[in-house]
Amino acid sequence: MSTSKHLLTSVQMARFVAQGHLRLDGVVPQEINERALAALADGLPGVPYGTPLRTAFPEDAFMSELLALPAVAGTVESLVGPDPTVDHHAVHVREPHDGHAQDLHADAIIDVRPDAFDIQLMYYPHEVTPEMGGTLSVPGSHLRRVNETDIGRVQNLRGQSRLTCPAGTVVLLHHGIWHGGRRNDTARRRFMYKIRLNPTVPQVRLWDTADLDDPAVATELHTYFPWYEAATARLEVYNRVLLWRALTGDASFDVEHWVTRVSNRPALRSHA
Amino acid sequence: MRQQVLVLYLSSSALDSQVVGWSRYDGTGRTRPMTGDSDEPPYDTGLAALYDGWRLFQASQLLPPQAGHEYDVSFLKHEFFFEKWEDETQA
Repeated sequence: MSTSKHLLTSVQMARFVAQGHLRLDGVVPQEINERALAALADGLPGVPYGTPLRTAFPEDAFMSELLALPAVAGTVESLVGPDPTVDHHAVHVREPHDGHAQDLHADAIIDVRPDAFDIQLMYYPHEVTPEMGGTLSVPGSHLRRVNETDIGRVQNLRGQSRLTCPAGTVVLLHHGIWHGGRRNDTARRRFMYKIRLNPTVPQVRLWDTADLDDPAVATELHTYFPWYEAATARLEVYNRVLLWRALTGDASFDVEHWVTRVSNRPALRSHA
Repeated sequence: MRQQVLVLYLSSSALDSQVVGWSRYDGTGRTRPMTGDSDEPPYDTGLAALYDGWRLFQASQLLPPQAGHEYDVSFLKHEFFFEKWEDETQA
């Protein structure tokens, strides 16, 4: 599938499967950022679970314009398909000199789907500096099955991402990623808008697959992160291969032969 | 006396393996470590914490995976708890 839409490439999709997040720095025009800030300060009405995204927001709302931006729309479609539903949305505010960080957590209850995922779109309408305490997230944590704040005891991990970004940045996260809001040490309120989207179609080859056979796909899926334990790092790659097989419909794909090796079950008496 | 607690998550079950994650809890109340407050661990290995006077008081058990869950990933396995005792009146 090759298209003029701003769909992800296979290499970018593999990066999402390995890391659990993609960031689009400064893709939202300042005019939308300013309208969003005004709207977020006033709070937003809720959206019923399962509302189709195409009907969830008024046309003139900043959310509609945000999600219609080609870079955002193409990434969303690549991940969850052309017609997702809104799970929920929320305004996250970190007050000035808010001295407490959120515990590290995964959102919602534990989600063990092996062949489907929701995405969480996080939108930062203003610049986030280190002192403002942007979102902490842990690349490569999204396939680790933990329930909510059970991991709250863990404060820091090597290679964690302490987000700083220009105004108008959008980050898209796999639902399982470990994350938390950091403390805000400035005199300025920090805003973040979050929307969770559920797929309504099988998440199979929804992106631009023209580069599906690019060796860089396997390279992305083979990425190790500095917080992984030595033995578990291989299991991470193993689980990414299973997800990549589900997303591509290619049951023979592998990295380093690991899934193929341990699922090899020659029939008994095959040499009889 | 008040207890300082250091939690180190190590790369393997060996105490001298590399630190991959860390947490601090300060019973003196003088500091308030929390989520996402540093990118560099206080020590490179668990053994380095012993060299600096921390006392190890708990390490995770080695538990085999449950049948059928050999490929599942979840919490970090190799968790080591250390302590120091400090006079709360100490500057």
